Order: sequence, then structure tokens, then C-alpha cells
Amino acid sequence: MNCARPFLGRVTKFRGVRSQMGMTITEKILAAHAGRDKVCPGEIVEVRPDLLMTNDISGPIAVDVFKSMGAARVFDREKVVIILDHFTPNKDVKAAKSSSKMREFARSQGLVHFYDAGFGIEHVVLPELGLIKPGDLVIGADSHTVTYGALGAFATGVGSTDLAGAMALGQIWLKVPETIRFEFKGKPNRWIGGKDLILLAIGRIGVSGALYCAMEFGGEAIASLGMDGRFTMCNMAIEAGAKAGIVEPDEKNLEWLKEIRARRGMGEISGNEADGPWNETIVRLRSDGDCNYKSIITFDVSELEPQVAVPHLPSNVRPVSELKDVKIHQVVIGSCTNGRISDLRAAAEILKGKKVSKWVRTLVIPGSQAVYKQALEEGLIDVFVDSGAIVSAPTCGPCFGGHMGALDEGERCVSTTNRNFVGRMGHEKSEVYLSGPYVAAASAIAGRIAHPEEV
Amino acid sequence: MEVRGRAWKFGDNIDTDLIIPGQYLTVQDPKELGKHCMEGADRDFASKVKSGDILVAGQNFGCGSSREHAPLALKSCGVGAVIASSFARIFFRNAVNIGLLVLESEEAYRKTKPQDELLIQPELGVIKNLTTGEEFKAAPYPPLVAGIIQAGGLVPYVRMRLQSSEK
Repeated sequence: MNCARPFLGRVTKFRGVRSQMGMTITEKILAAHAGRDKVCPGEIVEVRPDLLMTNDISGPIAVDVFKSMGAARVFDREKVVIILDHFTPNKDVKAAKSSSKMREFARSQGLVHFYDAGFGIEHVVLPELGLIKPGDLVIGADSHTVTYGALGAFATGVGSTDLAGAMALGQIWLKVPETIRFEFKGKPNRWIGGKDLILLAIGRIGVSGALYCAMEFGGEAIASLGMDGRFTMCNMAIEAGAKAGIVEPDEKNLEWLKEIRARRGMGEISGNEADGPWNETIVRLRSDGDCNYKSIITFDVSELEPQVAVPHLPSNVRPVSELKDVKIHQVVIGSCTNGRISDLRAAAEILKGKKVSKWVRTLVIPGSQAVYKQALEEGLIDVFVDSGAIVSAPTCGPCFGGHMGALDEGERCVSTTNRNFVGRMGHEKSEVYLSGPYVAAASAIAGRIAHPEEV
Repeated sequence: MEVRGRAWKFGDNIDTDLIIPGQYLTVQDPKELGKHCMEGADRDFASKVKSGDILVAGQNFGCGSSREHAPLALKSCGVGAVIASSFARIFFRNAVNIGLLVLESEEAYRKTKPQDELLIQPELGVIKNLTTGEEFKAAPYPPLVAGIIQAGGLVPYVRMRLQSSEK
């Protein structure tokens, strides 16, 4: 079976061949996985992904489709990840049936990477398991798969049928995207995180501003941003219509990976001999000086205020100071966008020794069990509970109106999640305001949208 | 195969939460999904739309989530095709994969009024407005995508590839 040949766990080789113009990091990763020296934007290539991922929403359809394709086994049982996170812990009997179906599929296929309810949110968990490294190509049946671009990987979302096809063949077609480079210059103030930077970018270009393109983030403010902030930024690339968000790998990225892998006893990342040492490989991965960007968009973020996206599009972005009269009923801190340890630290910094408004239900949802445990060890969970917030098990839950924290007609929520579409979190006449964790925590105390310095 | 039906017009950035809200994502039965189709944008859409009718929308149709429930709901409630100025890429792939006809034409969007009668000739990439007599050309599909459409979607396409690789 030629087309379903397992892609053995070797490290993909990034050839140093240079022909005509250079390539962006996105083009390099796609070329390497298509077995080519060079690819150009607009070309359609068939690639062999390093990892496939599905969950309890896209998975049940993918399983049925997989069977109807006449496929018996997944192409590689080490490269298909199933994680149950959207309606888990099971919201109702229908959700329970979806989960059962995925559990059964994982068992019958002998999948190595199956993660049941409560383990965490897919896009928080996969990186922290050390399953993704720079240069990898990841296909996930979830639109926020773009998150992994923070690790210098190419990662994009597809639907259930595409995922089923990829599980069967070990291959998928992709159109090579054009790349838009976003340069963030200047040193932002202490209240600015990845969320503010990505909202700024989406506000500038609009929800279809990067349609079919890769968004490449760079510049001084990205270099100084921690990995958690980079995950937040790449996570929301899809909200500008992008196929991928990506940050070129650097020392910070490598250090983060080393620590994660050491903690899990995974050993050093090693390239193959032809590639030389790993730190040289990541340098080769970076976009060439003479690569062809569709455009370069530059921001000076040294004077930037915290940003908030008002209903009903992630591109309706305003500085927080313009929204101080907006009364709120709920705050959600968590999700694949802002459910990591740095996000919880930021929220706890604001909430420490204070009480949330008695009129604001405040939900704190750690992105994974590992984040939860870390937050416990650092005393952050005490801070949340003492402030009057509700701490839940890791789940996607309220972000997509799945379960918990549904909004009534006329209610407003400040949320660190990624979408504020009509009806996203409940009633079609409810409203979601997207912000980073500092603004969300400050707003929980104030009972209205607030700058962290106000509380 | 020609598609002929009335036009239902929507604007820009029709997201997947409008097409099928998140609360229905535990449902996989297309018939059940069809009952809630476009509920977020027009509560009565599923009861008004007739088999073969055509949804006409502006930019970035199907933005947001990767939920295949969205094109499944549209197909199951009778929508024969979606014409849009542009599509969000995951929605476009999903529609092609499940055999829901999707055509890109900014001009058709601009010049079509609600309830106009449209005729689509997919193999020619032609959209005819029978009410006004105007004719529009849809953007051509890349060859590989055309191949998947011709096979009837990704399921028969992958089945063929699996079978040929076993020989």
C-alpha cells in the first residue's frame, strides 16, 4: 500500500537548496512534507502530515466517514490523536454517545494518543505533551489547530471528512498559501499580552483579511513574548481567515520544548545526521531574507492599550478605555486561546485579595490538568476561589455555547476566548466581548469593562 | 447536473455559528441538523427553503469553526448550492468533500435579488439568473478539487485511491 505507507518517526529533512527566490517558513515546511525542494504560493501539493488530531465534535463524523471510505486501519496509530474536550465532562446523553464512539475507535485502532474527558483542551494539551516540534506539519479537525504555529510548525484546521481521508491515506492536499508578515515593533507595557497584539492585527485587516494566507508574526514584541502569548496569537489567526499562524522558531521556543520534553522524560530532540544539530535546523527553517511576502504589515505597540473585540466580530476591536460604560454579567477566563499558566497568573495578579462583583459570574477554566496542577502549586486556585470565582475542570465548554455558562437574552460576557459571533455563548441576543486575562479579571471585579489599573 | 431554485440572500461573514449553533454539535444525523439550518441568521429558514434552492452570500461565507455540521445542515435541508463572493477555506473544503455545490462569484452576489430564480450549470461554471436574464461565470476549481467534485466527494475519491493502492 504505497499511499498509506506509515510515515516513520524520522525527523523531516529541510533541504538547504536555494533556487530563484527564497521561501517563507511556511513554504519550507510544506515543501519538505511534499518531498519537494521548493513550492510556490497557489500550488496544490499533497503532503504527509506528522500528526493528525480530532475531538468529540469532529471525531464522531470522521469515524463514520472513515468506515464508509472502506478504510480498516489508520495510517499510523502513533500519529492520530483523539482528545475529548468540547462537551466533556459529558454534558448529556448525546455528548456521552459521541465520547463513547471516540473511545471505542481509539481502542479498536490501538491509538497511542487517546486523551479522555478532563485531560484538557486539545490545543493546550498537544504542545505540552511535547508532540509538536518546529518544522512539523499538523492537521487537526478543529479550526484552532493553527495554535501550533507558535512552535514554528505548520498547522491547519480541516473538517471531519478531510481528517478521515488523512487518517486513511496518511496524506492530504493543501494549497500553498501566500504569507503576510506582521511586524510588531516596540516594547509594549506590562498589561499587553499576545491577545492584545492579535486583536490589534485582526482589527486592522478584518475577519477575511488573511483569507487563505499564512500569518507570520515577528519583530521585537514577538521576540520578547513568552510561548504562551505566541500560542494565543497563532490560535486566533483563523479569526482573520488565515490558513495558518506561525512564529519562526528561536531560542525561547527551543528552551520551552526542552523543558517540556525533560519534564516528560522524552529526551533531547535530535535531528538526523544530514540535518546536523537541532539548533541549526531551526535556523534553516526561518524565512529567507529574499522570500516573497504578499505584504508586510507593521505595528508600533509601545503605546498600545489593552484591546477588546466588541460584538459580533473578532475584528470589531477597540481600546479598553473606550468601553468603560459597558456593564457585564459574566466573565470567562480560559480556553485554547488564554487557558495557559501565564494567563491564570495574569488573572490571579489582578484578583489577589479582591472580590469579584456579586453581579458577575466569573468562570476560571484551566486549559489542561497540567495547567490546573501548576496553578494549584502556585496558589492561584486559592486566589480564584477566595475572590468568588468558579473554578472548573478543563473543557472547551462555554467558549462555543457547548455547556456551562450559557448567557441569557441581553446578558454580556467578557471572555478570554476567540469568537464573539451572534449567539456564540448562548442566547442570540447575548453579547461576548473578547479580551486578554488582565482586562477580564479587572472587569469581573468592576462589574463593567475595566482597565487593570482601575482595580 | 443542473441546479435550479430560488435565491436566499445573506450578507458578508456568515459564520458557522449562524449556520448551525454550537449547541447542536452533539448531533450527527444530517436530517436533525437540517432542521436547525441557518437558525442563527433566520429562525424559519429550514421551513421556508425548498429543495434545490440556492443560498447567495457575500464575503467569507462559512467563517469560524471547522464543523462539518454546517455544510451537512445546508445540504440536508435542501440547499442545492451556495454561491458566495468568497468562502472561508475550511467550509469550502468541507462542502466539496460532502458533495455540496459551492461556487465563487462576486458578480452573482451583487446582482442577485432575494427570490430570483437561478440556474447553475456546474460543469460549465455558469450561473444564470432566469429572473433578470443575466449570466455569471464562477471561479474555476483547481484540477484536484474538480476531481474530488467529479468523484462525488472525498469519500468515493479516497475509496478509489485505497482500492487502487491495494492492487
